[in-house]
Amino acid sequence: MMTDLINALVLIANFILVPGLTYGSQLGLGALGITMIYSVLRFSNFAHGEMMSFGAMVTILMTWWMQSQGLTFGPLPTALFALPVGIIVTIGLTLTADRLVFRYYREIKAPPVTLLIVSMGLMFFLGGLIRFIIGPNDQKFFDGERFILKARDFKTMTGLSEGLAIKSTQGITVVLAVLMVSFLFWFLTYTRTGKSMRAYSNNEDLALLSGINPERVVMVTWIITAVLITLAGTLYGLDKSYKPFTYLSLLLPIFASAIVGGIGSPVGAILGGFVIAFSELFITFAYKRVLGYLLPEHLEPSGLMQLLTTDYKIALSFVILVLVLIIKPTGIAGGKTL
Amino acid sequence: MKKILMAAAVSMAVASPAFSDDVKIGVILGYTGPIESLTPDMAAGAELAMKEVNDSGKFMNGMNVVSVRGDSTCIDAAAATSTAERLITSDGVSAIVGADCSGVTTAILQNVAMANGIVMISPSATSPALTTVEDDGLFFRTAPSDARQGKIVADILMERGFKTAAMTYTNNDYGKGLADSIAANYTAAGGTITISTPHEDGKADYNAEVGSLAQAGGDILIVAGYLDQGGRGIIQASLDNGAFDIFYMPDGMIGDSLPEAIGPALNGSIGDVPGTDSPGAATFETMASDAGFKAGPFAPESYDAAALIMMAMQKAGSTNSQDFKSHIESIANAPGEKIYPGELGKALDLIASGKDVDYVGASAVELVNGGESAGNYREIEVQNGKNVTVNFR
Repeated sequence: MMTDLINALVLIANFILVPGLTYGSQLGLGALGITMIYSVLRFSNFAHGEMMSFGAMVTILMTWWMQSQGLTFGPLPTALFALPVGIIVTIGLTLTADRLVFRYYREIKAPPVTLLIVSMGLMFFLGGLIRFIIGPNDQKFFDGERFILKARDFKTMTGLSEGLAIKSTQGITVVLAVLMVSFLFWFLTYTRTGKSMRAYSNNEDLALLSGINPERVVMVTWIITAVLITLAGTLYGLDKSYKPFTYLSLLLPIFASAIVGGIGSPVGAILGGFVIAFSELFITFAYKRVLGYLLPEHLEPSGLMQLLTTDYKIALSFVILVLVLIIKPTGIAGGKTL
Repeated sequence: MKKILMAAAVSMAVASPAFSDDVKIGVILGYTGPIESLTPDMAAGAELAMKEVNDSGKFMNGMNVVSVRGDSTCIDAAAATSTAERLITSDGVSAIVGADCSGVTTAILQNVAMANGIVMISPSATSPALTTVEDDGLFFRTAPSDARQGKIVADILMERGFKTAAMTYTNNDYGKGLADSIAANYTAAGGTITISTPHEDGKADYNAEVGSLAQAGGDILIVAGYLDQGGRGIIQASLDNGAFDIFYMPDGMIGDSLPEAIGPALNGSIGDVPGTDSPGAATFETMASDAGFKAGPFAPESYDAAALIMMAMQKAGSTNSQDFKSHIESIANAPGEKIYPGELGKALDLIASGKDVDYVGASAVELVNGGESAGNYREIEVQNGKNVTVNFR
């Protein structure tokens, strides 16, 4: 009986908890970037997905160079050590984009919708640029040890009939996401620049009156966003695979996460990421075998015991989005209304 | 840098003015989208046939054939329709090689090709629905219908002793058609499909799909998707959490990029792709590598599609679709002298002198059911990280 219970738990851990934790972290990091731009620059940045792709691309190019020089790091993926270069180049990209594109619209006080459309233009431009440089295909850049725990090893180790697999990229993703988010909260709460950013976000006019330099706030925001972007893009590429096309479709769940959590609220972005990731997994999971372990033999279900088929997986993020907007328009953590 | 130069060269080539006695043929394939890694070789295949015809100088008393590429996106029917509209009305193409994916192919056929009376030959649209679609005699395909592939899949699975299978398919006309066909044939042969569930392409994450597939279980997982897209995501996720370790991959999943991306874990998985052991396939492979591209999936079919269009034009003595559409089947089928890749010049001579030709081409074309390839398949097994052909069917 006890083994059955453990088997059921392992099954859920393997198919829901571990993937959900990873996917949620990736979405959360992405949503954090959206939220930063939204609260400080006051527009929804549609180029976010392509910027993630760009950051990941630079990291990949650097990784390949390091691999060709024989610079590898044992069990750790080389890409982790190429990240700083990716981050620096992406900071250059976001600052250039701001200088050449967004600054003009900020100066003429264009409405947020104009900036949103402008960011879509940038999205298409970046998408094209990325395909010119690295091409439309899948790129492999993962090296090092693939698994922390293999399903088969887990079975022989524990003697259970269900396996539990943890990929090293899943571990890395969660650890880096925690580090990054803690750093961000520390930065926003305790540093002078962080405080001036929050002030600027709360009330632009008051912030300007008290001597906060708006261009500096904007610059720091883009720099932090670039770090988030590169990290999210690279971790996602490392865990799944790098292909320019998927970053475009990543945009929807990321926006859903930001809004569900409460746009403008950093805590909300993280929460939203996990809500979206786990609801997709929990609601579309087939509980046939879980119930098979838990229920007495004659009650074992013959159907799949699935609440919703995975066809509705995409719709699910939107259902949650709509529910949140109706019941609590400011999002779970209470951000701004859109 | 090399890529930028090449891109510049391509745009120059496209922009160069066409001469008045040029015949333009549209090549509408998904240069962006879920099968974007296959399409460059497919387009190169079609253009190789055009180059061969041009070099022979025997086409319609020395007319020149020019390729005009257009993006079908593979999935966006509206974008594909407007591309086709542009190619026909502003570029003035006389015929179309394409489109690639079944959904956009149907959209172009019904909205543009039939309205303008333009012949289109698809190298890769395999949905069974296209067999019976209203087409005014304008639509042909050098790829077989998936109704045939479903039978092949069932045969291969039963012969190898897989009695139960879970199945997931890409959520579009191609995936649905193929999945239905596989399920019908496999069940009739005595197999059991434990679950058949669609997946969306280009998704961030496939753990939810793999979760429900794993719960249903089965000896093998049939992945009727695209290799650069959800299909690969499903396989990777299944391997990572130990849900399945052997996969069946129909034609949309066969390509070098998949075993490369997945690695040794894919060894032992099986699949099928249109292909033939006819001498034409080997000749085409050599010609392709000489021309600097790979004879990848559907590249032979693309070559054949372009060749059929040009030979039918030669036979009708006209580049008007209404004049030459009726000649395509007779060119592709017996009787007549067999024509293989690299012999297009000879074929044009024969046609000009009024003799019959039986175009075999790179993919052993034989048109049945009102203009679709009868279908030859290669049975694939992944061995040491390579797709190896183990049998012909």
